[in-house]
Amino acid sequence: MRTEQVLFDTVGPRAQRRVRIITVLSVLFLLGVFALAYWQFYRSGQLAPSKWAWLYDPATLRYMVRALGHTAWAALGAGAIALPLGLVLALGRLSASRLLRWPSTAVIEVFRAVPVLLVIYIFTSALPQYGVNPEVYWKLVIPVGLCAAAIIAEVIRAGILAIPRGQSDAAASIGMTPSLAFRLVVLPQAVRVIIPSLVAQAVIVVKDTTFGYVVSYGELMQSGRVLVATTGDLVQTYLVITVVYILVNMVISRVAQRLDVVLARRRAGNGSRFVTLFPARSATVRTAPGAPDAAKVPIA
Amino acid sequence: METLFTDYLPNFVSGLRTTLLLTTFAFVGSLVLGVVLATFRISPIAPLRAAGTAYVEVFRNVPLFSLLILVVYGLPEIQVDIDYIPAVIIAMTAVGAAFACEVLRTGINAVGADQVEAARAVGLSFVGIVRYVVMPQAIRDMVQPGVSLFIGILLSSSLAGIVGVMDLTAEVSYINNREALGLTTFLVAAAMYATIALGAGAIGARVETRVRVRR
Repeated sequence: MRTEQVLFDTVGPRAQRRVRIITVLSVLFLLGVFALAYWQFYRSGQLAPSKWAWLYDPATLRYMVRALGHTAWAALGAGAIALPLGLVLALGRLSASRLLRWPSTAVIEVFRAVPVLLVIYIFTSALPQYGVNPEVYWKLVIPVGLCAAAIIAEVIRAGILAIPRGQSDAAASIGMTPSLAFRLVVLPQAVRVIIPSLVAQAVIVVKDTTFGYVVSYGELMQSGRVLVATTGDLVQTYLVITVVYILVNMVISRVAQRLDVVLARRRAGNGSRFVTLFPARSATVRTAPGAPDAAKVPIA
Repeated sequence: METLFTDYLPNFVSGLRTTLLLTTFAFVGSLVLGVVLATFRISPIAPLRAAGTAYVEVFRNVPLFSLLILVVYGLPEIQVDIDYIPAVIIAMTAVGAAFACEVLRTGINAVGADQVEAARAVGLSFVGIVRYVVMPQAIRDMVQPGVSLFIGILLSSSLAGIVGVMDLTAEVSYINNREALGLTTFLVAAAMYATIALGAGAIGARVETRVRVRR
C-alpha cells in the first residue's frame, strides 16, 4: 500500500457532497481549458483540412516513416555505445584501484553535468578544426552515446551496490575469489535489478536523438523541418511528430514498468525462503538504494 | 586563447546570466506547478486525478525540443504571441513540472503508509497528518531528487539556443563560429555547466546528510 493511497480516510456524507461539487467544478474547468485551446486553433484557421492534407499524402507518410526509422537507428547506435561504455565506467568507479576509480568517476561526473547539445557542438564545430570530421550520423550518435553512458554507469553502479554484502561474503566463504564472486554471484543478480532502469533510460536516448535537427541527420525532427519548408504546416507537422515521440516513449516506459514487476516477482519467487526469513533484507534487493538519484532527470 | 577572454568575456557573462535566468525561473515554476499536479494526483477528485496522471504521462515522455518548437514557433501560428524567453521558460516548466510532481509523490510514498495509519489512530485530521507527519519527512527525502531535477533543468536550458535565445551554449557556438578557437571555447562553457551542476550536487549532498530520515 502506498502512502498516497491512505492519505484520505473514507469520506463522510458532508465531505462526499463537497467532493461531488469540486468534481463538477474541475470537470467544467478542464473542459474550459480544452474549449479555449480548440477555439484558438479554430480561430487561427489551423484546423482547416488543407492544413492537414500532407497527412493523407502517401509519399509524405513514407518519408516520415523513414524518418522514424532513422530516429530508431540513431537511438540504437547511441545505445550500442552507451551500454558497454557505461558498464566499463561503472566497473571502473567501483574498482579498488585509485588509478581506475578516479578517471572513471571524473568522466561520469563531467558527462552527467554537461548538456548533450554542447557535446554535439564540440563534434560539429570544434573537432573538425583538428581534422576529426566524422559523418553526420556519428556527430549525433557519439555525443548522445557518451552522455547516456555516464547515466547508465550510475544505474549499473547503483544496481551492483544494491546486492547485499552477504552475497559476496557467502561466495568468499565457499572459496571464490572476489572477481569470481562478482562474476558468478553479484553481477547476475545485479543485472535483474538493473534491466528495468536500463530500458527506462532509452527514453533519454530517444529524446536526445531530436538533436538530429542540429546536425542535419534526417530523423523525425529534421525531417519535420524539411516537410515544413515545403508545406508551411508547422503546427500540424510538429504536433504529429510530438505525439509520435510521446507514444514511443510511453511504450518504452510501460515496458520498463512491466519488466520491473515481472523481475521483482521472479526474484521474490527464487529466494522465497530467504524472503520469509529476512524480509527486510530481501527488500533491499528489490529497490536499489541510490537508484532514483542515479537516473538523470531526462528533461531535454 | 587570449582573445577568448579579452574580446568575448561579455558573451560568456551574458550567456551564463541567461542560462541561470532560464534555469531559475523554470526550476521555481516546475516546483510550483509540480505541487499543484501532485495535489491533483493524490486528491479524492477523480477528474483532477486523471488530469494530473495524463499530464505527467505526456510531459514526462515528450522531448523538450519538439515541445519547444511547438511553443516558440507554433503558438504564434494559433495567434498566441509570447516573447522568446518566456516561451522557453514555459516549455521548460511544462516538462520540469511533470518530473517535480513525481519527485513529490516519491517523497510522500517514501514516508510509509503505517505512519499515516498511526497518525490517524491518534486522531490527527487529514491536514494534521499532512502537515505534521507526512510532509516533514517527505521533504527531507526530496533533497537528492530535487537536486537531480535542478541539474536536469539546467542542462535542458541549453536547448534555448536552437530557438534563438542566446544562452551559454548558444554564445559559445557563436564565438566559435567567429573565431575558430578549437576546443577551448567549449571547454570553458563545459566547466561552467559542470561547476554549477556539481556545486548543486555537493550542496544537496551536504543538506541531505543533515536532514535525511533513517528508516
